[in-house]
Amino acid sequence: MMKKFFAQAYLWLILILLYAPIVIIAVFSFTEAKVLGNWTGFSFNLYTNLFEGGVNNSLMKAIGNTAIIGIVSATFSTILGTIAAIGIFNAQNKRYKMVMTSLNNIPILNPDIITGISLFLLFVSIGVTQGYTTLTLCHITFCTPYVVLSVMPRLQQMNPNTYEAALDLGATPFYALRKIIIPQIKSGMISGFILAFTLSIDDFEVSVFNLGTNGLETLSTFIYADSRKGGLTPELRPLSTIIFLTVLILLLIVNYRSAKANKKQTA
Amino acid sequence: MKRNLLRLAGKRGAWGFPYLIFMLIFVLLPLILVGVYAFTDHAGHFTLANFGQFFNQSKDINTFLYSLGIAIITTLICILIGYPIAYILSNANLCKSEVMVMLFILPMWVNVLVRTLATVALFGFVGIPLGEGALIFGMVYNFLPFMILPIYNVLKKMDKSYIEAAQDMGASPAKVFTKVIFPLSMPGVISGVMMVFMPTISTFAISELLTMNKIKLFGTTIQENINNGLWNYGSVLALLMLVIILITTWVTDSNDTSESAGGLI
Repeated sequence: MMKKFFAQAYLWLILILLYAPIVIIAVFSFTEAKVLGNWTGFSFNLYTNLFEGGVNNSLMKAIGNTAIIGIVSATFSTILGTIAAIGIFNAQNKRYKMVMTSLNNIPILNPDIITGISLFLLFVSIGVTQGYTTLTLCHITFCTPYVVLSVMPRLQQMNPNTYEAALDLGATPFYALRKIIIPQIKSGMISGFILAFTLSIDDFEVSVFNLGTNGLETLSTFIYADSRKGGLTPELRPLSTIIFLTVLILLLIVNYRSAKANKKQTA
Repeated sequence: MKRNLLRLAGKRGAWGFPYLIFMLIFVLLPLILVGVYAFTDHAGHFTLANFGQFFNQSKDINTFLYSLGIAIITTLICILIGYPIAYILSNANLCKSEVMVMLFILPMWVNVLVRTLATVALFGFVGIPLGEGALIFGMVYNFLPFMILPIYNVLKKMDKSYIEAAQDMGASPAKVFTKVIFPLSMPGVISGVMMVFMPTISTFAISELLTMNKIKLFGTTIQENINNGLWNYGSVLALLMLVIILITTWVTDSNDTSESAGGLI
């Protein structure tokens, strides 16, 4: 009994410490003071400022860029990663399989700074101007491995004979993919998509090297540039609060989905 | 032609080819380029001068060693704080709630810069001066979930009959832990170390924000060189990081990294 009490107390202590900064940001998003820590009365002004966008046009633009790049790269990573996972899973050649999985692990193991610099060197070497397209390509590069990893377990749970049966009955590979494989791995694909999206909107270190010089900014790089200028834009407080809540909801969905899938599997 | 293509598409093993080509261009080739830049000069001729520059510049070596030290300390503190959490979370007698696990993992998905700024705000609020202590504290803050999760995953999957067997044989609780549970949880600890150590040694934004640019870590050095157009020298520093990754991967022989990374989902 005593042991349980101490264990719970420890958990809560660390949790409180872990969440204290986020809570402070959230609380002070409801006051207008420029400097965090000053309470100048309750107000929703920072929130309305954020959405009117008049005050912080560049911030709104950065949010837009982040969202677009996130959706586009998550979509492409999900398609590329799913097809690749099916390919890797069904490969007969052991060495090919090993090469694919090791290559797939590289972006996961590499610190972001290395991924960022190496891609930067790639683009300057082939003389491509960096911008929207190259940044999206970078994001696809580090998102796809996670899609592969989240689709793979679903493939392993699948009955391998159903696809063969469909082919025997005259289905084309594409038709069988659409009607047999995809329905069974859909949950893995959705989790992969959400994961890719969160990774993309979260990314800072890869983006900062591959923004190019045309003034393209994502949310992370905007925050970084802003904090280096000294004073932080107060509108970042409501923004962080919103981001945190969004991530919380997305994660709840993902976890709920995977919990449901696990239950189904054991049932 | 179309027939051949269809037959190729019919072999599902071939479906990995587009991704293989993609990875060769966007994963392997860039890494090779880091090596190429490290061994060449501005004109593209082979040279070892970039390496000479690094070993002659005590400033950058010191930054490197200092970052290494900070990363080791951060990792150790993460293990000390994170292991008990993972242990409690995985133990059904001590903690039943799945939500609790999620609460610990959640901060991991919040933007690193937002989290760091929040930490800076907290320090400002409580009146802790920014500097070395704040840096380590902030790093632990940022990376603790990455240590908890892999350890938790391994402990959760552990076969409980080993523990029961040890208890039946009369091992004391302390002995059960040191001789059975801890050794069996080593793969999780190793994954955790990989996930905390590598980012802490290479990060630059976190250290800049947490120390008001007073303390420079190795990541900042790399970034400054690349940003100032010193690509060849920057590549040497990046290559050094790559070598450390190779060594850590090799030493820990983490064949199961993919599994633990998958466990993040």
